[in-house]
Amino acid sequence: MSSPSDTEILVHAEHVSKKFCRSLKRSLWYGVQDILSQLGPFARQDATPIGSSRSRRPALRENEFWAVDDVSFELRRGECLGLIGSNGAGKTTLLKLLNGLMKPDQGRITMRGRVGALIALGAGFNPILTGRENIYVNGAVLGLTRREITSKLEDIIDFAEISEFIDAPVQTYSSGMQVRLGFSVAANLIQPDVLILDEVLAVGDAAFRAKCERRLGELMKSSAVIVVSHMALHIRRLCDRVLWLDHGKEKGCGPTHVVLAEYERSLPQQQQQQKALVLSPRITSARILTFNPPTRYGSALALELEVTSTESVTVHHVVIGIAEGESAVVAQSNLEQDVEICGKTTVRIRTDPLMLRDGEYTINLALYGATYRDPILRYTGVESFALKSGLEGASSYHFGMMVSCRAGASLLA
Amino acid sequence: MRHPGRLLAAMARDLWASRELAWRLFVRDISAQYRQSLFGYVWAFLPPLVTTATWTYLSRSNILNIGQTPIAYPAFVLSGTLLWGAFIDALNLPLKAFNSGRSLLSRINFPREALLLGALADVLFNLCVRSLLLIPVFLWFKVPLGPSLMLFPVGVAALLMLGMGLGLLLNPLAILYSDVGRALGVISPFWMLLTPVVYPPPARGLGAWLAKWNPASPIIITTRDWLSSAPANHLGGFLVVTGLALLALMAGWLLFRITMPIVIERSGA
Repeated sequence: MSSPSDTEILVHAEHVSKKFCRSLKRSLWYGVQDILSQLGPFARQDATPIGSSRSRRPALRENEFWAVDDVSFELRRGECLGLIGSNGAGKTTLLKLLNGLMKPDQGRITMRGRVGALIALGAGFNPILTGRENIYVNGAVLGLTRREITSKLEDIIDFAEISEFIDAPVQTYSSGMQVRLGFSVAANLIQPDVLILDEVLAVGDAAFRAKCERRLGELMKSSAVIVVSHMALHIRRLCDRVLWLDHGKEKGCGPTHVVLAEYERSLPQQQQQQKALVLSPRITSARILTFNPPTRYGSALALELEVTSTESVTVHHVVIGIAEGESAVVAQSNLEQDVEICGKTTVRIRTDPLMLRDGEYTINLALYGATYRDPILRYTGVESFALKSGLEGASSYHFGMMVSCRAGASLLA
Repeated sequence: MRHPGRLLAAMARDLWASRELAWRLFVRDISAQYRQSLFGYVWAFLPPLVTTATWTYLSRSNILNIGQTPIAYPAFVLSGTLLWGAFIDALNLPLKAFNSGRSLLSRINFPREALLLGALADVLFNLCVRSLLLIPVFLWFKVPLGPSLMLFPVGVAALLMLGMGLGLLLNPLAILYSDVGRALGVISPFWMLLTPVVYPPPARGLGAWLAKWNPASPIIITTRDWLSSAPANHLGGFLVVTGLALLALMAGWLLFRITMPIVIERSGA
């Protein structure tokens, strides 16, 4: 492992800002103004050259807004930076700036080496031409010579798994095939120093996706990588650092688990408002008497529920679901036990030790009769609790185990 | 713009780097063009043939009084409309190349001169294919073939330079505002009628004045004269316009270079 100072800085963004205009007509007019201000002799007094890091911050003209606002970061080879933010936070704009497609209005971006982006898969495809011909077109757009493409042609076709259709016009391909071909061309041809990924990876069946991830893993080892994804799962797994953008501004930049935790906390807590209680006609009311949430990894959950019924009701299934974030149920318990409810009854529930990592959870509670088609009580978003035991991880459920070795034993592959 | 030396070097480098992609784009467009049609390349020949036949009929049946041409009228018209067609193609080239490459431009970073070169190759190819028509027509009407034929490519080059130069200068505005493209569409047919394409250059009157000051005129007239081995009377005008065309081309290319990033983001590609 080389120390950080040995690896070169491949991406350097300093105070990068970019503004856009909301109104089309005004935007076109500003375009004309920007063109004129670029042509030296016609420059207005206060025009500053675009892209200089020492330039003053241009003012917002009418109807303009900052899509990216004063973002700075550095990236070295072998590092992976994740970009997260809600829709419209400026992630794609920042990617386009990094890719050299647009010039920033303030600040400077320095990229060393070849920049490759898995963004526009299948760009340049002409639907009437065959897959084979389109591989050459797409490869040429990515900057490769005919000889280089021919040497990798077989690999590309095999990777995309469309060898029977390679000589058919692309317009006869299904959308999945087109994306697979586009991905295959990009993944096999580019050998970048800086790799930019924009929400890719979600195509094909599981085997193909695994192949893609493996290939991306190889690419990522030798480059500086920037990943944009909505799925915190991907970012958590791939990235060392995360940059959180909110309305163009940098809201957090640091190690993955720190920034992701802040980001997830800021997501709107809808569960708390969505307490929904559905009762069968035989139940008149239900409320929580006491609630003892687990405090750490391995502690149990206990609650007391008071149910009032008009007649005698037999509960056969008791189900507790624990959900994290936006209603994704991560743990569920299921008990078949007869519980008799008659008049005003207190039901006491206690779980086994819960093995969950740190996070914020919500509880759903349901009581069923003889079968699941006979709900007696369903209470979603009952209560919430947060765990803080210092246990991070991509998955919610963490189980303990023991590993031992015998001396002289051979390892199985 | 602040370092002209570096800018020019970068432009030359990108132009060289884009040659392979330009070829690839050209091949892509040519192969796709007629793949979905039954008669294929016949359509490349049809427009000039139909135009020539129409003008010949109009002249022969005295609906229009055109006057004496140095060579047989059908050959005159054919070569004229061919050259004019090439000029208009070159004029529309930058905008057309931009529109067809719109999706590429906003998503991948590649040398943009490739789009221009590819479209230029397309225009040249069409011109060459249509020029093949000239052979049987010239032979049929016994048009003299002399040494000035060698200068024909020079004339074509000058014509394309003029068209592309003007097109590039208008390009940034044309991309932002569709008015420019529409205006060109309206002006072009009249511009053709005001240029000695289907009639010989008038000696007197408004026509003569137009023939002198219309930039396309000297080039078309001179190139056609070279083609048909007629004496070239407008050589002075030809040289002046060619010089201006060269300037226009260089200025247009510089403008293209500087304005592309601005225009791409504004045009919502």
